[in-house]
Amino acid sequence: MSDSIIGAAVSRIDGPDKLTGRARYAGDFQPEGMVYAYGVYSTIARGRITGIDTTLAMRSPGVIDIFHHGRFPRLHRSPGTFAEENVVDEKRTPFEDDRIHYMGQFVALVVAETYEQARAAAYKVRVDYERDAQRAAATLAQGIEDNGVEHANDSERGDPAGAYDGAAYRVDAVYTTPVETHNPMETHATVAEWVDGRLRVFDSTQGVIFTRNTLSRVFDLDPSQVEVHADFIGSGFGGKLWVWPHCVATCAAAREVGRPVQFVLPRQQMFTTVGHRPETRQHVRLGADDDGRLLSIRHETINSSSPVGTVVEACGGSTQGLYACDNLRISHATAITNRGTPTAMRAPGAGVGLFALESAMDELAAELGIDPLELRRRNFTAHDQGADKPYSSNHLLECYDRAAEAFGWSRRTPEVGSMRDGDRILGWGMAACNWEAMRNPCDARVALRADGTASIHCASQDIGTGTYTILAQIASHELGLPLESIHVTLGDSTFPHGPISGGSWATATLLPAVAEASRAAIKKLKNYARNAASPLAGARGDSLVYDSGRLSDDSGRSATVAEILGAQSLANAVGEAHTGGAPDSGYSFDSFGVHFVEVAWEPEIAHLEVTRVVSAIDAGAIINAKSARNQVEGAVVMGLGSALLETTEYDERNARPVNSNYAEYLVPVNADMPDLDVILLDHPDYELNEFGARGIGEIGLTGMQAAVANAVYHATGRRVRDLPIMLDKLIDDD
Amino acid sequence: MRTFDYKRADDAHSAVNAHSGQAAAYLAGGTTLIDLVKLDVMQPERLVDINRLAYDAIETTAEGGLRIGAMVRNTALADDDRVRRDYTVLSEALLQGASRQLRNRATTAGNVMQRVRCSYFRDGVSPCNKRVPGSGCSAIEGHNREVFAVLGTSDHCIAAHPSDMCVAMAAIGATVHVTGPSGDRTVDFLDFHKLPGDTPHIEHELGEDELITQVSLDAPIDGSGSTYIKLRDRSSYQFALASCAAVVALDGDRITAARLALGGVGTKPWRAADAEAALVGQPATREAFKQAAATAMQGATPYKHNAFKIPLARKAIVRALTDAAARARGDTT
Ligand SMILES: Cc1cc2nc3c(=O)[nH]c(=O)nc-3n(C[C@H](O)[C@H](O)[C@H](O)COP(=O)(O)OP(=O)(O)OC[C@H]3O[C@@H](n4cnc5c(N)ncnc54)[C@H](O)[C@@H]3O)c2cc1C
Ligand code: SF4
Repeated sequence: MSDSIIGAAVSRIDGPDKLTGRARYAGDFQPEGMVYAYGVYSTIARGRITGIDTTLAMRSPGVIDIFHHGRFPRLHRSPGTFAEENVVDEKRTPFEDDRIHYMGQFVALVVAETYEQARAAAYKVRVDYERDAQRAAATLAQGIEDNGVEHANDSERGDPAGAYDGAAYRVDAVYTTPVETHNPMETHATVAEWVDGRLRVFDSTQGVIFTRNTLSRVFDLDPSQVEVHADFIGSGFGGKLWVWPHCVATCAAAREVGRPVQFVLPRQQMFTTVGHRPETRQHVRLGADDDGRLLSIRHETINSSSPVGTVVEACGGSTQGLYACDNLRISHATAITNRGTPTAMRAPGAGVGLFALESAMDELAAELGIDPLELRRRNFTAHDQGADKPYSSNHLLECYDRAAEAFGWSRRTPEVGSMRDGDRILGWGMAACNWEAMRNPCDARVALRADGTASIHCASQDIGTGTYTILAQIASHELGLPLESIHVTLGDSTFPHGPISGGSWATATLLPAVAEASRAAIKKLKNYARNAASPLAGARGDSLVYDSGRLSDDSGRSATVAEILGAQSLANAVGEAHTGGAPDSGYSFDSFGVHFVEVAWEPEIAHLEVTRVVSAIDAGAIINAKSARNQVEGAVVMGLGSALLETTEYDERNARPVNSNYAEYLVPVNADMPDLDVILLDHPDYELNEFGARGIGEIGLTGMQAAVANAVYHATGRRVRDLPIMLDKLIDDD
Repeated sequence: MRTFDYKRADDAHSAVNAHSGQAAAYLAGGTTLIDLVKLDVMQPERLVDINRLAYDAIETTAEGGLRIGAMVRNTALADDDRVRRDYTVLSEALLQGASRQLRNRATTAGNVMQRVRCSYFRDGVSPCNKRVPGSGCSAIEGHNREVFAVLGTSDHCIAAHPSDMCVAMAAIGATVHVTGPSGDRTVDFLDFHKLPGDTPHIEHELGEDELITQVSLDAPIDGSGSTYIKLRDRSSYQFALASCAAVVALDGDRITAARLALGGVGTKPWRAADAEAALVGQPATREAFKQAAATAMQGATPYKHNAFKIPLARKAIVRALTDAAARARGDTT
């Protein structure tokens, strides 16, 4: 078992709990005496509150209290740094003052005996506003016009402008992407309870440690006085990395009313106060020689940000090192709009950045008359010029070969509209994927127990990706115990310090810690085995050999974990580990891949369908073939949504998101699904960690929109540079 | 959500009685009503639950049509053998609406009575003449892509009627049966929904406390073929951007009867009578269909974000007529 379990297609060990409802999500916790909170949200996007009248609402049945800027305890801001692990995107604490910065900002919080009573009373709170004389900036264009552009960062090598001017072939294009709103099934939820001055929180969070640290700063507590739990999360995708105003407000309200309080964010407010992928405007200029070798790349991005916190969407991150090019300029800037702050959304940066770069590469291929795949092959590099280091492991060329073969790319005819399937015109497009592989320090505890099982504890969490399962696989491998004997417990900030579930680094970070803790537990067991009461008493330390839950010495004696611990009335042998971040070994760590997409365009009814996607991904060793494939497939589907459907529409007159519900904010449905073929290369990257795993949560999204847009171009001749590619951008007037 | 009073009625008479004299609403499947009550857009003081009413059958009428009980669920109606055979267009329209879960709850009368999907109507705060008469229409100058009309609009409201089922019924020809404090009456389906004009808050012909009991369909046209084409951004679970219900009967290749109704583009289920008239006597050709599509969309008014609906609706019409004619010919494809 121990050899085959790593990489095997293991079903999620938490699947039965989720299926039967035993798995408890934040909103499922109901501490004794719990009451409910419901928010009141601003209906203007810029101005101030001139009055709040709660008279009617306070008389509503079941109401306990109503909080707002005139009636709220003074709180503190979190420093909001990654190093201190207390990041917040919205810097302000809720109800700080009477200022309104965006539509849907919290202006009051009603606490009542039931959810329905809280909501009914919230509708009766009357808020008067005074709008600022200046308009609220509703879009990136308005933000740039009204507030200007604030430079964030840039980097340059060589002479990009000069090389561009001298290039035989050039592309100069602007690509825009809309605000995408986080819409996981589970909206945000917080249950907060104070016991003897200590705060206990059940939160839908991707980081129990970060949430603990942030709350401890906001409430001026020692971190040890705050406990954060997240047993199960109904998905995060970056939206639940940091603490948002509702969480702080709920904790404060619970302290004020002296009872536990539950808050569940309504779907509409997913579109306002809890972050989103910002709107971007990306200017890409490429210059190439006659053979298609890149002479110059410039990728300059402006993204929409917010008055309550600046978030930079690092669109040019991947552009730094994906292709060989000596002359390059990357820059990032922001413009303030009257929206809540943006935040990370699956593959922040490259997620929309590669839409621009990989569309531009397709445009360049068309200019040159070179096959788009061939163009990419010619510009392949094994050396990350951005960091000036070799990649630890880069199998992008193999990705190209294998996916192209599976897709049948060689049968592509380059002319626009030249491939057909009956009434439908087929378009074939492709784009590369790229995501940085990261690893962070991590602690973990593993116990070999007297009943023959083992337990793992770590203050990380499983946001639905399969973390519980791969940790069990690793422990099963190290300890030689069956998977069913491994109990993984995560999602509790009192456990050994673990990472946030983000950046695709959970796997690369957690596996070494759990493996090392497992080995430490075996070592501890060997110590105990030499004790007088043990069946192996007196064994020489180095003579003991552990195998599959059993120790043997060189004199032929052997005993199980249960026998060794049981004989001494010991509960367990505990191993602890602390492992470091990414090694400073002179390498750049990145994952790579490619998507090939087929679209079918039926001009007669203006219908576009994605019919096939073949993806090949080089993400290091695959720890669980099933959950890894599932991650890539999910990312492809999300990328299809980003390419074709997702857009948060704001009313340009008042900055209100208008399609703020699950019916009108479009994401793909089952009926939209193409044939998906995911090829996982499975080449271990031992430079990053002993298992060679790099993480796989985000890479599959990158490049998808460009692959679709490039296929759409091939079918229709329309180069859509403005996502999403809805039918109104393709329809003819016939 | 505000507190409301709940009464369950056992028959039409007690339902009407329970409804009288207050700000009441009949509760059928609840898929429109409860949603809007939660959003605080509809604020009934009493819900009269009509789910126990015996209007749950689909009966054959003396005229050869079907009489559909108000409480017949959308799923049951779509799956009925007679509907699938004689009113294919209706079955197809229903099956492309909402999702299966919603269709399992949604009723025939509730579907007829469903409210617009305009987000300014649903947000509870923007000026909206439908929600607060005289407050203005936020959509005309606002975001008006998906669920807004280009036909039958006024300066006071441009929201599209959202139903797919109703478009098929408009094409087939139907009658709405109503009961109320002053007895029973019938309303022609095409007269049931009203154009917004300058009173967009008045959406239909129902009088105070009146209850829909049944909808009856005209007899199917002999030898006709029919279909429903719904065009939208994603393949399921989205209201129509443009849709077309078509019924075509042929003599050889000549059109002897045609029925055409549009969805997603009209402020009510939109019967395109002029286009129908122009088709009769014509050969069933692509040219004739394109001409009919142009006629149907003549006089359409585009707004900032929905001008694409005009060519899109024309495409839906041509495709629906083509497919309906093929079925009339007996082609199985
Ligand atoms: C997410 C979503 C997607 C949808 N997508 C589509 C779609 O693609 N296509 C489509 O056509 N529809 C769609 N719908 C709408 C759906 O078809 C309607 O909500 C449904 O048909 C309403 O029927 P109901 O029985 O639930 O009505 P209810 O919600 O119970 O009632 C609706 C209204 O009708 C009144 N009413 C009900 N019965 C009677 C009666 N007998 N007499 C008088 N008044 C009555 C009620 O008082 C209420 O005002 C969608 C709905 C949702 C929520
Ligand atoms: S279109 Fe109609 S429903 Fe929408 S805002 Fe205008 S009046 Fe209201």
